[in-house]
Amino acid sequence: MSDLEKHDDADDHDEHLPAPIEEPIPNPGLPAHTWRPTDVDEGLAKRAERQVSLMFTLSAVCTVIFVTSYFVFDIGDNWETVGGLGASNIALGVSLGLALMLIGVGVIQWARKLMADHEMVEMRHPARSSDEDRAATVEALNAGFDESALRERPLIRRSLVLATGVLLAPVVVLLRDLGPTPGQVANAAEGKGLKNTLWKKNVRVVRDVIGTPIRPGDLQIGDLVNAVPDGIFDLEGVELQVAKAKAAVIVVKMEPDEIKPGKGREDWSLDGVICYSKICSHVGCPISLYERTTHHVLCPCHQSTFDLADSAKVVFGPAGRPLPQLPLTVDDDGYLVAQSDFTEPVGPSYWSRSK
Amino acid sequence: MSIDTSKVADSNSTSAATPAKPSKVGAVATWADDRLGLGTAMKKNLRKVFPDHWSFMLGEIALWSFVVLLLSGVFLTLWYVPSMGEVEYQGSYDPLRGVQMSEAYASTLKLSFDVRGGLLMRQMHHWAAMLFVASMMVHLLRVWFTGAFRKPREINWVIGSVLLLMGTLEGFTGYSLPDDLLSGTGIRAADGFLKATPVVGSYMSFFLFGGEFPGDAIIPRLYTIHVLLIPGLLLGLIAAHMLLLVYHKHTQWPGPGRTNDNVVGYPMLPVYAAKAGGFFFIVFGVAAFMGGLLSINPVWKFGPYDPTKVTAGSQPDWYMGWPDGLLRIMPGWESEIFGYTISWNVMVPILITPLVMWGLLTMLPFIDGWITKDKRDHHLLYRPRDAPTRTAVMVALMTFYGLAWAAGGNDIIAVKLHLSINQITYFMRVMVFLGPVIAFMITKRWCISLQRHDRDKLLHGYETGIIMRSPEGGYSERHLPISETEAYRLTARDRDEVFVATPQVDENGVAAPGGKLDGVRAKLSTLMFADNIQKPTRAELEEAHHHAEHEHALTAALDGHAADGHQFDGHHAVEGETLRGSH
Repeated sequence: MSDLEKHDDADDHDEHLPAPIEEPIPNPGLPAHTWRPTDVDEGLAKRAERQVSLMFTLSAVCTVIFVTSYFVFDIGDNWETVGGLGASNIALGVSLGLALMLIGVGVIQWARKLMADHEMVEMRHPARSSDEDRAATVEALNAGFDESALRERPLIRRSLVLATGVLLAPVVVLLRDLGPTPGQVANAAEGKGLKNTLWKKNVRVVRDVIGTPIRPGDLQIGDLVNAVPDGIFDLEGVELQVAKAKAAVIVVKMEPDEIKPGKGREDWSLDGVICYSKICSHVGCPISLYERTTHHVLCPCHQSTFDLADSAKVVFGPAGRPLPQLPLTVDDDGYLVAQSDFTEPVGPSYWSRSK
Repeated sequence: MSIDTSKVADSNSTSAATPAKPSKVGAVATWADDRLGLGTAMKKNLRKVFPDHWSFMLGEIALWSFVVLLLSGVFLTLWYVPSMGEVEYQGSYDPLRGVQMSEAYASTLKLSFDVRGGLLMRQMHHWAAMLFVASMMVHLLRVWFTGAFRKPREINWVIGSVLLLMGTLEGFTGYSLPDDLLSGTGIRAADGFLKATPVVGSYMSFFLFGGEFPGDAIIPRLYTIHVLLIPGLLLGLIAAHMLLLVYHKHTQWPGPGRTNDNVVGYPMLPVYAAKAGGFFFIVFGVAAFMGGLLSINPVWKFGPYDPTKVTAGSQPDWYMGWPDGLLRIMPGWESEIFGYTISWNVMVPILITPLVMWGLLTMLPFIDGWITKDKRDHHLLYRPRDAPTRTAVMVALMTFYGLAWAAGGNDIIAVKLHLSINQITYFMRVMVFLGPVIAFMITKRWCISLQRHDRDKLLHGYETGIIMRSPEGGYSERHLPISETEAYRLTARDRDEVFVATPQVDENGVAAPGGKLDGVRAKLSTLMFADNIQKPTRAELEEAHHHAEHEHALTAALDGHAADGHQFDGHHAVEGETLRGSH
């Protein structure tokens, strides 16, 4: 207590601040320790002991249940045979959870009821080191610096800075092969790079997944078809994914007189059939929610909305540009084909997309 | 019987040395200490004192859920295959059998359906990640609201803030690993974010993905980042965070005997070790319980990633929600300068604002320190009301966060509440700016009202709820003095000092540089402190008590009388009690 009182009104103001106003109420000091029921009544203490050990025992029982469940409950084909739910997962989770929690609650009950609950007082020390220590450290540093002779030999100092400085170069250079540059990848003939896709003159528009070609007459007003360029399914793995991520389109049919063709795009649609990139011009999600009466298509990721009757102009949301349009025509067999590749890069914007 | 002299010390001591019965533990301890000298290091720390309060447990939740993450994560790596190589799924989950997918997705399905306990570990891991990030955030709020960020703990605040950033990135890389449709959509968007970076955007994207999106490199790379790079950083930072906590000693609430110079509480051994250790088991158990009962990220329902597919309601994990919300409500601004495209619509909400907000959060203690110029060490906490401006600043930031987060669910809100998504978006565009201002003003006034209430309690006592009628017919409420302990607790806080810009010399006797900056500081200091209600001085308190005594004298006739009101509260016997009694 005396230790406490000494520090009660200890002045923690530094000398730079105005003298503190006297505290309105003096520190009454640490209140006297009060005994807990378990401290004074051995019966209650015994009861607490039994509670704690009961929890520990139940925990062990739960662990046994866990191990049993591991072997008893089926997973795989029969994962939902018990009660139509993942019995294995539930049994394992609940038994493990209880086994752990009972240990935790038991230990805390033990700490609260039976461990000594005398509060202790420890004095704090300033985080800073003492002035003597600081001085000694500075002295040591200076001595070390002096003895290293770096001061008198600037040639060593400077060349060392140079040598370690240029060591950063390997760190950067070594990362160079993380990937090719966009320029190295670009290849219009193979549809590679940011500005090219698999679409080319006379490439048929085929349905996604099944790959069948489309005649304009197959479509009814209001239809939306997810499509890809013919031949894309010859690719597989990464190449297929990369190709799809750029070449995916949506083909929609609306009343021909509802279409307001963009400048120079008068012959890009056919009989009310019009085709746009499916990849959002915002950050690249595939757009998919089509409202046939308004011809609006909405991206489910960030709700950019495009008007397909009006060159896929942005009517709402964070996208900055319309969806690129794919110029359509029909081939000799009457199937929809592209007139050319997209006339602008598809997908998210990037610094040099207009270059 | 002869005396065994082998145990007698060969000194001239008066009593024979009797060594303790050699125990195995003792032998091991001796062996270790001979080599490590642990005794000296542990001597002080084994009984190190930690103060007790429920709010000190929040950071502990983060610590323990990190341990759960490490344990469950190691289990997952035993089956998970970080590869985008394509395979045909032939596992137990019937709806996807025969479907082409990446090995990453197939192995995640295997973990979920064909490894016993695999789904439990996956779900525990994901739930523990939620707990980890959430508890870090709540812990951060606690530290700010109670003033535990002040000198000497600013560096620990910075470490904590880096931990929060790292934890968020760790979460993003983690939930991207299953390579399902939802997480792939997240990576697709991340590719868009990278590409929006001026000048180098498309290069960053090509370097990260090893070529064109999606490529086959991103999953293995995210895996390395997720299981090696970031966990390593997290471990190091957590260790530093804990070491500083031990070095500074924990903050405590002021109270009788609890001052800025001491720390009062239970010793680490045994009480605190038991409580903290027990709490580890509880956090672990809760994570197991959640993993067993609450489904999370059911990747089998989403299917493998396909860049042409998406699902409505695509959303990142909740802690990534607020930048996503900003992205949704940002107008579609994009400009071309000299033929180069600048995507403000992506850059502002994703690349700039989160970094600025994080930077601001990290710098808060330093901004605060610059305004207050408080160089003292602070080890006592305050209640949020006693720092109205600080509290209001954080509530404003929370409001911004909450609104941006809600905007990230604008589609869900529109569907569930039958609202127009367009109107929600327009509303949010205004409210992310207006909301924080309103929240600031309300919070600040609210805090000051509470301070006023505290001051009233100190000066005039607490409201008893007993209404008195004077002979003249006027009504008044009876106040009784609060206990000494509570009165002390209410006054155990600093007086706020408003910084006044003076063109002369400052307290150090040095000419103040940058008079203009001082003016700004003075204005901010006024904004921060001028309206606060200060605790009464001793003179004010005495004056008030004197006044109260006078009042009591007037009503003294009522003491012990039926009209003192105590018979109504049911707690007291009326006999022998006076109104100025020992409350």
